[in-house]
Amino acid sequence: MRYGETGYNLEIDLTHGSIERVETDPKDTELHLGGLGTNAKILWDRVPADVDPFSPENILIFSTGLLCSTPAPGANRTIVATYSPQTKLMAYSMMGGVFAPELKFAGYDKLIFTGKSPNLVYIWINNDKVEIRDASHLKGKGAVETQDLIKKELNEPDSQVCAIGLAGENRVFMASIEQGRSSASRLGVGAVMGDKGIKAIAVRGTKDVNVAKPPEFYQLCNEVLSYIKYREERPIPNVMTILQGLGSPQEMKHTDEKWHTENFMWGNARTRRRDFWNDNIEKRWETTQLGARKRLISCYNCPMKCGATISLPNMPTYMMKCFSKLTYTMAAYVDDLDFAFRIAQRATEYGVDGFSTPQAMAFAVELYEAGILTDKDFEGTDTYPACPKDDNEGRFYWLLDRIAHREGIGDILADGTYWAAQRIGNGAEVYAHNNIKKHEQLPLKLGMLNPVYFLMYCTGEKANITQIEGQFPQSPFATKEEKEEFISDWIQVPDEKFKKYVMDWEMRGEFSNPYYPTPEIATDIVDWQEMMHFCDDALGMCAGLSSFPLKPPYHIHNYPKFISAATGMDFDEEKLIEVYKRNRNLVRAINVRRGLRRVDEKPPEDHWKKRFPELEEKLLDTYYKFKGWTNDGIPTRKTLEELGLGYVADDLASRGINIEE
Amino acid sequence: MEEKKKKKIKTIKIDLDKCNGCKACEVICSAFHANPPYSSNNPARSRVRLIREPIRDIYVPVYAGEYTPAECMGRDKYVIDGKEYDECALCRAACPSRNTFKEPDSGLPLKCDMCEGEEEPLCVKWCITDALIYEEREEDMDEEPKAPEVEAGLKSMIDKYGMDKIADALARMAQKDQQ
Repeated sequence: MRYGETGYNLEIDLTHGSIERVETDPKDTELHLGGLGTNAKILWDRVPADVDPFSPENILIFSTGLLCSTPAPGANRTIVATYSPQTKLMAYSMMGGVFAPELKFAGYDKLIFTGKSPNLVYIWINNDKVEIRDASHLKGKGAVETQDLIKKELNEPDSQVCAIGLAGENRVFMASIEQGRSSASRLGVGAVMGDKGIKAIAVRGTKDVNVAKPPEFYQLCNEVLSYIKYREERPIPNVMTILQGLGSPQEMKHTDEKWHTENFMWGNARTRRRDFWNDNIEKRWETTQLGARKRLISCYNCPMKCGATISLPNMPTYMMKCFSKLTYTMAAYVDDLDFAFRIAQRATEYGVDGFSTPQAMAFAVELYEAGILTDKDFEGTDTYPACPKDDNEGRFYWLLDRIAHREGIGDILADGTYWAAQRIGNGAEVYAHNNIKKHEQLPLKLGMLNPVYFLMYCTGEKANITQIEGQFPQSPFATKEEKEEFISDWIQVPDEKFKKYVMDWEMRGEFSNPYYPTPEIATDIVDWQEMMHFCDDALGMCAGLSSFPLKPPYHIHNYPKFISAATGMDFDEEKLIEVYKRNRNLVRAINVRRGLRRVDEKPPEDHWKKRFPELEEKLLDTYYKFKGWTNDGIPTRKTLEELGLGYVADDLASRGINIEE
Repeated sequence: MEEKKKKKIKTIKIDLDKCNGCKACEVICSAFHANPPYSSNNPARSRVRLIREPIRDIYVPVYAGEYTPAECMGRDKYVIDGKEYDECALCRAACPSRNTFKEPDSGLPLKCDMCEGEEEPLCVKWCITDALIYEEREEDMDEEPKAPEVEAGLKSMIDKYGMDKIADALARMAQKDQQ
């Protein structure tokens, strides 16, 4: 019997309509755990390096994490992996909700799609019974609407459904996969799902998931729950409100958005609105939010309430999580939360990423204002009207419609700002100013370079908002007393040296940004943050209880115990760190094989006001060296072989990629 | 005077407004009742079932009650605050008309036992959003039913079935009791 995992993947070849339940090799679990780790292994082994993301040869994986469906609180993430149409690199986008747990209860660790269906289909998995069903009647339906229609059609109210909307069907590069209150939104995974002809996947599972050491596992879960309660009662002092607690930033719960609205850059990641949050806005927004919000809701087996049900008159009810509340309305310069909730509803039904999409829309507005796009680009046709003028709301709805339908200028914008700028030309490239690896980033522009964030922005391959945050404070504390208080109960640190870094870090002077943390220390910190992200993404744990917030309940000291008790494999910190390194290097190698190099690892020019070219080079040098990579960001043969990835080294070398130090 | 007998009343107070739909109650219920305890979990075996329809804002944990071999003569359907609940949704019984509160493989009925032996039911312990609150109180046992009430009940049975049939039934039941 397998513990923690089911030991089976479900392989569906959409070209031939074949369905197969395949037993997995327990050795892969020991080497890579599950989730992102085993996804990377499958992509490496099975998808040739030069495959186009929209080729039938590309694979689309929906994976549970190793701890999903065990009672470990918060282990509910579905890790979707494929090749991204936008970055052309490996995409791994994640969603919470209830999908992964249901999939594992149905008896599968992963769903692996290959080929391409000739017609639009949906997949119905009811334990051992799996069907590919016609979805032609769902064509063009909203991603939320589709979930409901399928549950009704199957008469299975307890099934869990993930679906794409029109954007995914039309292979919009920023298309998401929506499921309940959650979505896998980044890197175009919804476009690949649409390309494969999958409208939705419905799952119902009623099988057991076993753990190897029951009393130990139960005890560990209780400790986590107690710690969550402890942390809920003790918000971290001396940091911004949104950093004090666990989970996602609680934007559904809190109505005070002074910090987000005034500190991020709006429009096309362009304008900081320092005096935005006045009494009038505060009152109006609070009334709107409390009126629209029906309930704060959670993902599977998690006490945090990071999402909400949103319901307004003359609009279907939907669910929202954190930041899409602000991104559309602030990008549109419409200072009205009612508009925010309404346009996000339409965007959720279309199934698009709430980060990239508003930026692509605001980018179009900027190009128009700059004369690069003209009235001609905003004209109507027989099937749709012209873009309304002098109406920020109407213009944004119009742009959203065009993108989701891939009509007119929307067809170009649907590829994201990087590719759109290439196609538009005429100087448009300068306006695609907020990308890393061709993918839109948080609309955040800062003053002084912070070395830790520089490295995380540059080298992260998740391209996700959480990739730049972690368990180390975002800025230094003001006084010695505050520092001492912070480190007094900091049990999560992998090593005592991190406490010293906090104590030494100052707001001004020699020990302040950008020269402190030094490149060596910054690398240490980044490695820790990355390690937690990679553990979470292999285990299916929500970052909101681990890699994302300060002082979370899961950390490098209790994870090995969870893994050992769940699976029966003997894990300690050393072994877990080795798996992290193996997975980190495998993901990197996949991307190296697809062309990723040092030159791609740079944040937007305007990301910080003050840049330090020499220091930045030194930071990357130090980081690469620490990782055992060449100066071009490529894992060396020695590094790969030490991690049992000799076959990866051979492959890279056979392609003429320099993997020697 | 003889002291009145006491019985312990165990109650789970369910505050639907606080439910966040996470299903932790189902998770830990099924884990606790696994054999050996916590060795597996499977919400389909849980003795508490969360009726969860986010879009309609329906969140109701319902606990498995007594098994009944017979279907009800009719079915009920509640509409509360404009939200219509499925037929029989709020009923606690495992019965022939539905699969709820039955083991998914054997079909055997499930029943909430308030996690016998634990300090409090584990669904309550794991619901740290406090939608589930455990309350315990003692109540006096009811006195023996008074004779006239028994007679009134019997009389209506006799009116319906006739004295002979009721006498037969009583005799058979008395015999079974002795066995």
